[in-house]
Amino acid sequence: MFGKLTISAFVHDPITNVAILGTIIIGIVGIILLIRFKKLSWLWKNWLTSLDPKKIGVMYIAIATFMLLRGLADVLLIRTQQALSSGASHGIINADTFQQVFSAHGTMMIFFVAMGFLFGILNLIVPPQIGSRDVAFPFLNSVSFWLFAGGALLVNLSLAVGEFSAAGWLAYPPLSELSYSPGVGVDYWIWSLQIAGVGSLLSGINFLVTIIKLRAPGMTPMKMPIFIWSVLGSMSLVVFAFPILTATLSMLALDRTLGMHFFTAEAGGNAMMYVNLIWAWGHPEVYILILPAFGIFSEIVSVFSGKRLFGYKSMVWALGAITFLSFTVWLHHFFTMGAGADVNSFFGIMTMIIAIPTGVKIFNWLFTMYRGRVRLTTPMLWFLGFVVTFTLGGVAGVLMSVPAIDYQVHNSLFLVAHFHTMIIGGVLFGIFAGFTYWFPKFTGFTLNERIGRWAFWVWLFGFLLAFIPLYILGLMGATRRLDHYDASLGWQGLFIVAGIGATLICIGVALQILQVIVSIVQRKQHLVLDGDPWNGRTLEWSTVSPPPSYTFAVIPIVTDRDDFWVSKHQSIPDQVPRHYRAIAVPKNTSAGIVIAGFATLIGFAVIWQIIWLIPVALLGLIISCIIRLSHDAEEEIISAVDVERQELTARRQRDLV
Amino acid sequence: MSERVNAGLHGESAMQKQAKVLLGFWIYLMTDLVLFASLFATYAVLRSNTFGGPGGGQLFNLPLVLVETILLLTSSFTAGLLTIVLSRGNRRLVMVFLALTFVLGVGFLVIELTEFSHLIQDGNSWQRSGFLSAFFTLVGMHGLHIAVGLLWMLVVGYQVLYRGLTTAVTRRLRLISLFWHFLDIVWIFIFSIVYMIGVL
Repeated sequence: MFGKLTISAFVHDPITNVAILGTIIIGIVGIILLIRFKKLSWLWKNWLTSLDPKKIGVMYIAIATFMLLRGLADVLLIRTQQALSSGASHGIINADTFQQVFSAHGTMMIFFVAMGFLFGILNLIVPPQIGSRDVAFPFLNSVSFWLFAGGALLVNLSLAVGEFSAAGWLAYPPLSELSYSPGVGVDYWIWSLQIAGVGSLLSGINFLVTIIKLRAPGMTPMKMPIFIWSVLGSMSLVVFAFPILTATLSMLALDRTLGMHFFTAEAGGNAMMYVNLIWAWGHPEVYILILPAFGIFSEIVSVFSGKRLFGYKSMVWALGAITFLSFTVWLHHFFTMGAGADVNSFFGIMTMIIAIPTGVKIFNWLFTMYRGRVRLTTPMLWFLGFVVTFTLGGVAGVLMSVPAIDYQVHNSLFLVAHFHTMIIGGVLFGIFAGFTYWFPKFTGFTLNERIGRWAFWVWLFGFLLAFIPLYILGLMGATRRLDHYDASLGWQGLFIVAGIGATLICIGVALQILQVIVSIVQRKQHLVLDGDPWNGRTLEWSTVSPPPSYTFAVIPIVTDRDDFWVSKHQSIPDQVPRHYRAIAVPKNTSAGIVIAGFATLIGFAVIWQIIWLIPVALLGLIISCIIRLSHDAEEEIISAVDVERQELTARRQRDLV
Repeated sequence: MSERVNAGLHGESAMQKQAKVLLGFWIYLMTDLVLFASLFATYAVLRSNTFGGPGGGQLFNLPLVLVETILLLTSSFTAGLLTIVLSRGNRRLVMVFLALTFVLGVGFLVIELTEFSHLIQDGNSWQRSGFLSAFFTLVGMHGLHIAVGLLWMLVVGYQVLYRGLTTAVTRRLRLISLFWHFLDIVWIFIFSIVYMIGVL
């Protein structure tokens, strides 16, 4: 009846039980609060079924934040275990749980935290920055989001029902094959990523078409904000890389569920094929994450230096070069596979070459600051922190691009320290900078600067304290994923320092949460009535903050790069249109939730091999797709009178300032 | 920004929508091509991993595959004719060519499934070797796409009958035709790389 799902799937060790209980209690309290304040239907009508990218963006960020906290809980477990588990002590969790914890940590941080924040920011910023009201396919956008949410749900479900993969965040076979991982953990991993991955792929198509087709009149490619260029590069990578992930995960799933032999250790399977395929997706994925972060930093450094971005054209070329080169370096993740000196040299050299366009960008940012009127706000602090850490991590990366050196540090903590430096110091700092920078755009008030600064400094010191020991440990020979080591190695001190660093990082995150809460409470003191708190340069700041549901009452015409800045400084009075027109926005629909819900159900049924549920859920998916796609998209009309009223109110507010 | 216009406020024109959907669909097709490319690459790597079992030379029935190929190529031709009569707005002929394409597609799929079932009955299922896993997955993935295309034709055929050639229905028919040509191209690669080289 329920396939492999039996009562034993609900039995766990004490630490997991506490985590499950905590999650359930938080969930129940949340639902009770919603019912108590009669907000359930508000949540459904205004948020969950919304096709407004501004709301979808916020929902992405909400899920990503939740997953960040889950990922951090895993960090604390890993760091505690490694700080204690030396010599006679075996730490707080057993080896199998430890393996699940680090696998879950990597999976969640990349797929649900970094990707979640990324798509959240894209949804919020891309349309207004190109002078558009919406993305190209609003309904598809909702489906993408709910697929992402479905994937996140499966990962979280694995905590309570069954187990998670213990095969690392990329589940290399043959370990991830059925003969070595007979449980449902790897299946949870496969299907949560498969479902979320298809969502990302659809988002990639959506944003590519949005940028190509929906730019405001006059915004020629070389007048696009650099953030839009970075998203264009990143989304091109999504479109080329994610199908490889879909194919690879499918093959692993076929191995496990239908007994195929793609990557098995017997019957002619080839595990190395998997490693090649997963990194042919995985390396571009790194750039999918970092390119938008580059874009965010470019906007921020230009705004807070009060200057045009230095070397805009070289920046565009550098982005293009990185986009292309990112597909030519995947083999550097497994030099030790033994592809031979020629192949390894090629990939080593390509890897070194990618440092050149990245270096171009670093210098462009520094020259943008040079002789600028620099304002050291929190976003700018994150930027400066990024320049230091990213350069540090980049140098470590170039070091490892030399195959001979890579043979020494492969799979060591040196590598772990390197990619954390890039992803935390690059991607996450970029996300934090962008979050602080654009927060007033969507709320109407700025974040508390004082707590923001504290959060930054605690974060930065915590980060250095957590990862510099790992570089050293790596060079001392400590490999990754150790749940126990010999006391005579003398590693424990450094592991304890790293643990203190991780704790500081957690305090930093707590400060960030405090910052948001305090800012909401004190929002009256930080209102941005004119909608432009930072003296911005790009179109998104030309509307009021928060923007109305239709964003632009009138689609702007672009004449210049940094168009908003130029128009502000030509001191042309803001022209009031003689009359407003009605605006059509897509109508809310629950079809996205239904479709993604069935997809998630299919995933769950396959994971537990509940045979009857698979065709049922599949049929539901097909029928709901057919019903929705047979409808011609419905629109809601905001009348001209309504638009005029909202615009006049906003104008009056702005004139008061 | 110094000037603002009131153009294009009332939603968007049908032509803009058409251009958007067409570009989006083309990009989708390219992503699908990458998916197939990954499967082709895997097939190329695992091709000789027969694990003592039979290889392509012993298994493939080339004349049957040729019939399959002719059916699919003909269906692609009728799908092309479909778009021609579509631009003339001839609903009856649209239905005729849609039905023809559908029937030819079903014929293709039936032959493919027959081939699969024969292979499985002879003990050469996907569990036999890495080569057969790759073969079944690559060819089966194409077959799955064909099945989805056929289902899509049924739905849109129903819409042509009961709603007529509205803008939305016309757009969908054009997309189906694109999808079908795309699957045809992928099949040509399967035919040459899997079957032709396989029997060499």
